[in-house]
Amino acid sequence: MLDIALKISLTLVMTALVLNAYRLTVGPSLPDRILALDTMYVNSIALIVLLGLWLNTKTYFEAAVLIAMLGFIGTVAVCKYLLRGDIIE
Amino acid sequence: MTFYVILEGVISLFLIAGGAFAFIGSLGMAHLRDFYMRLHGPTKATTMGIGCILVGSMCYFGIADNEPVIQEVLIALFLFITAPVSAHLLAKTGLHLRLEYINKTRGRPVELHKEEIGETPVPHGTPEERAPITLEKRSSRH
Repeated sequence: MLDIALKISLTLVMTALVLNAYRLTVGPSLPDRILALDTMYVNSIALIVLLGLWLNTKTYFEAAVLIAMLGFIGTVAVCKYLLRGDIIE
Repeated sequence: MTFYVILEGVISLFLIAGGAFAFIGSLGMAHLRDFYMRLHGPTKATTMGIGCILVGSMCYFGIADNEPVIQEVLIALFLFITAPVSAHLLAKTGLHLRLEYINKTRGRPVELHKEEIGETPVPHGTPEERAPITLEKRSSRH
């Protein structure tokens, strides 16, 4: 049962990543692309957690923690640059 | 024995629900027509989806394998704290860049001035006020 659920969940998350990539390439404005990247890192964290469940290991979860921290910092930095023209004033 | 069967069912339910929520959020971001509409999908549905997946992983590693679940708690904490902040910053960026919106998008922001969303032109004052402050002016003020 868990195998089938993992396969379904992996398929859904991969489709979500493909949709993010579509918005990242098409996106008419800059905030659209930032939003696509933001969603992409959240989905990649989900993918890493599912991979950990698939392989029955917790090794890759450290990478997920790092992505969760640094992705937010990247989003904030780019938004701040667009808002104020500078990152650290 | 039945406990583990029920636990497997619960974990499977959480995983499928999480994948479905993440997919719905990304579908909303790819499909909707307006930046302010597109902001809704990832900020709420995708965060919910990854929360569900993390709860499933916590059940799997915490109860079935009896391992500590520090990393999942950390990921969930970071994501649930940072998602509203980044959404707020993205909305502010969109308002600042004056992105186009379709007429169905309701709600003009009340906390911004009318000049900031482009309804009225920015006031500039009289030419006398705009002129640079010279030494005589400064001395006459004091």
